[in-house]
Amino acid sequence: MIRPDEWQVLRLTVVLAALSNLLILAPGLALAWVLARGDWRGKSVVETIVTLPLAMPPVATGLILLKLLGRRGMIGKFLHEIVHFDIAFTWRAVVIAMAVMSFPLLVRTCRTAFAQVDPRLEQIARTLGASDPRVFFTITLPLARRGVVAGSLLAFARALGEFGATIMVAGNIPGRTSTLPLAIYHLVQLGQDAQAYRMMLISILITFAAVWFGEKLVPRGKEAGP
Amino acid sequence: MSLVVKVDAAWPGFRLRIDFAAEHGMTGVFGRSGAGKTSLLDVVAGIRKPLQAFVKLNGYVLTDTAGGIFVPVRRRRIGYVSQNLSLFPHLSVRRNLLYGSSDGEGGEPFSLAHVTKLLEIAPLIEREITHLSGGELQRVALARVLLSRPRLLLLDEPLANLDAGLKAKIIPFLRGIRDEFGIPTLYVSHDPMEMVALCQNVLVIERGEGWQLRTPEEMFEQRTETVYRLRGDL
Repeated sequence: MIRPDEWQVLRLTVVLAALSNLLILAPGLALAWVLARGDWRGKSVVETIVTLPLAMPPVATGLILLKLLGRRGMIGKFLHEIVHFDIAFTWRAVVIAMAVMSFPLLVRTCRTAFAQVDPRLEQIARTLGASDPRVFFTITLPLARRGVVAGSLLAFARALGEFGATIMVAGNIPGRTSTLPLAIYHLVQLGQDAQAYRMMLISILITFAAVWFGEKLVPRGKEAGP
Repeated sequence: MSLVVKVDAAWPGFRLRIDFAAEHGMTGVFGRSGAGKTSLLDVVAGIRKPLQAFVKLNGYVLTDTAGGIFVPVRRRRIGYVSQNLSLFPHLSVRRNLLYGSSDGEGGEPFSLAHVTKLLEIAPLIEREITHLSGGELQRVALARVLLSRPRLLLLDEPLANLDAGLKAKIIPFLRGIRDEFGIPTLYVSHDPMEMVALCQNVLVIERGEGWQLRTPEEMFEQRTETVYRLRGDL
């Protein structure tokens, strides 16, 4: 079935995509909530900046990340010289590239989900003595959970398929930064089409599984649970 | 108890100027839809924060824009039953009831056992909110607000969505709450009959301006025309 080298690529991709998902979940939810409920100066600018990675060429985003995180970049230089910690061309760079590229999908989906929760329910919860965090965790988040799960899965699927930014900032190092899409590209470059097709099938299968599992997790049309 | 409310607020296309005091019992807030009744309740509850407002309840200033005082909504202990009831659809009846009262073990008459018995919803307590009828939802919403032990009750058109038969059934429950709990209440409605049935005095609101009547009957004695105009019958 799946050969050990394929298994290794698959595992690396899924683990790094999951890590990137964990990394963006809390800030993504917070930003989505602020965008859905708040009314503040500069909101449209922040919305645009958050959406940029969706519209920009991923390679350009990758170049920006490289300029920031590389050994001579603003952040990368500091980390390399002070704490001897490298990001560019390691698995960490893959996680960051995945996170940046999938962040807009998470934020936009969750923002829509939060906006659809009746603000009256939140206000009435406050009149019953609930603090803002309690209102969020007992009212807003449970009522928006379908959208939040959907947003997470979209972001996860986007992370699995990340190519452009990853290859710029993390390169294609077998066993360390070579995720599924990079491996597919590499195999096609080498003319090993049969192997590339196997990898392609694997990526279709795991994306299918992720989306299908998400649909199972939150059944459509059953918003009211215990 | 005493409630003092002074509001001078402007929102796009709408101005609310109201100055009234309520002493005890149920005070009706009467006016046609769009007159500003719900906005007034929102200001009292602290959900809306207008530029100029003053709200004082039992000697405690809750809002004083001139003095820079604004007590957060959750610390006001003002129970609010909004027009659509705002029951939490994802929580059971029990968890809705206990949302504003961690255990339901408040001293009588504010215990879960007593309130659910009074409103005849004890058998519903393990059900889901989505499985209740209109009259049941109404009583669950009233029970939830009572269990939070409010110092003031705001009831926004509690009978508006019920048919005549159900209205007649709920009114005794509202009387029971009024007489047994003694919580001062602002009762919003556009129906003069509800005012007569439940309220001691009435605040009439028309196009954002309010005036007070000593008894609900005055609506008929002196201002019959106004009453019908406000209801939209004329």
